[in-house]
Amino acid sequence: MRGDAGLSDRVHALALEYVAPAADEVDRDARFPKESIEALRSERLLSALVPANLGGGGARLSDIAAVVAELGRHCASTAMVFAMHQIQVACLVRHGDTAFLTDYVREEVVGGEALLASATTEVGIGGDVRSSSCAVEAGGGRFRLHKQAPVISYGQFADAILATARRCETSPPSDQVLVLCRRPHLSLEPISDWDTFGFRGTCSLGFELDADDVDDCILSDPYADISERTMLPVSHILWAHVWLGIADAAVSTARAHVRREARKKPGATPPAAVHLAELMAVYLPFRAVAEQVARHFDESEHGTDTLGSLAFAIECNSLKVAASTLVVDIVGRAMRICGMTGYREDSEFALGRLLRDAHGATLMVNNDRILANSAQMLLVAKEA
Amino acid sequence: MEQMIRQVLADYGRLPVDAMTLDVDADLYRCGLTSHASVNVMLALEDAFDVEFPQELLRKKTFESIFAIEQALSGLVTSDRVSSV
Ligand SMILES: Cc1cc2nc3c(=O)[nH]c(=O)nc-3n(C[C@H](O)[C@H](O)[C@H](O)COP(=O)(O)OP(=O)(O)OC[C@H]3O[C@@H](n4cnc5c(N)ncnc54)[C@H](O)[C@@H]3O)c2cc1C
Repeated sequence: MRGDAGLSDRVHALALEYVAPAADEVDRDARFPKESIEALRSERLLSALVPANLGGGGARLSDIAAVVAELGRHCASTAMVFAMHQIQVACLVRHGDTAFLTDYVREEVVGGEALLASATTEVGIGGDVRSSSCAVEAGGGRFRLHKQAPVISYGQFADAILATARRCETSPPSDQVLVLCRRPHLSLEPISDWDTFGFRGTCSLGFELDADDVDDCILSDPYADISERTMLPVSHILWAHVWLGIADAAVSTARAHVRREARKKPGATPPAAVHLAELMAVYLPFRAVAEQVARHFDESEHGTDTLGSLAFAIECNSLKVAASTLVVDIVGRAMRICGMTGYREDSEFALGRLLRDAHGATLMVNNDRILANSAQMLLVAKEA
Repeated sequence: MEQMIRQVLADYGRLPVDAMTLDVDADLYRCGLTSHASVNVMLALEDAFDVEFPQELLRKKTFESIFAIEQALSGLVTSDRVSSV
């Protein structure tokens, strides 16, 4: 990248020019934040995580996480789209080391700044992403896949979708592969709408997905490894930064409100100021942990193999559960501080959109599932 | 040792195939071993062989086949004997 400061300045400017002005309309109309994604594309940020030797920006995950948080301050839907795209990029560049997939990354992800989406959830399976019922049908150098996907964020706007499926028709549900489904060899038939409480701009409709393409599109690493080493840690880290962005916005709003109250009666500390102090005591540790786990990921790429370890998986799971719970708490506290002005939708201190978006956090891979998973690992994990 | 490993897999592996006749090199994950079940297999192995898997063996690879499990366990069983002398 052109240095961290350069990157965050560029993103800050882009967010003020494109992301913030559209945020309320994106939310109200549940429409795709196309101007924001176009702006990120023209700044070559969609390929920022691709290593420099493939022509990408060569950013670290913590740099990308900082971009996600900055976007999240202005529009959580834009931040979530960007985060989900980067999760798919991470899977491709870390697990697609064949000539075919490397060419795809160089030509389409970098050359075309392609937008990648994800279809892990499946109708009839619920939120258990480590289990599939659809299966890849392969033969003669080609494959076919049919998947009923209840939620594919920005599916209509994506250039390719990474989908999970059983390795072949005889494979058990847990023996999954990850398949790159590229346009135009991909068709999506909408089966459900996206009219939700929050993250409305992610346009996460349900689709019947059909793909028919060359079998080089099937990643060779088992999905179990991709999930453990990349998809889960990167998802939890980047999602946590979307929520951190929401928390940042709530904290800024609360601070501005308290400052305004203080100016009205200089000399007397406004009653809400103590709630702001309490809010900071919740917010600052949240920020510190989110940033720390991102750094651990970057360090483990070079140092010891912590990525496949139970300790790191428990760390990422705990980040997800903590961050998704804290973001709701933080917006709630900001609401108490701002009072009626935060409750109103037409005020400069409006917090409604932040609160609605915050509530999506516990559902994206349900916290109950994540806790059950950690509980299982804690039975055998030794202390680090 | 192999028979005991097979018995543990049969009891706790929740495999859709017969653990008693499985090839020693067969990839257990491809046979349907989930990460959830692998934790139970590990706990049952610790109990059956009276050993404890150290941190560095808590990896997917350790449980990828009957052979891999046997390799891991033989290291643990001998080192345990040595330390208890
Ligand atoms: C904004 C947003 C965007 C999304 N985008 C995508 C996308 O692009 N692609 C995609 O594939 N998916 C996407 N999803 C889906 C998401 O990742 C989850 O898979 C989905 O939200 C889970 O839905 P669920 O709560 O109905 O299912 P479940 O996880 O099955 O949960 C339903 C209920 O069952 C309980 N439960 C069930 N089983 C267990 C268990 N074993 N342990 C503990 N509790 C259990 C839970 O507590 C919960 O109350 C998105 C979701 C959101 C909110």
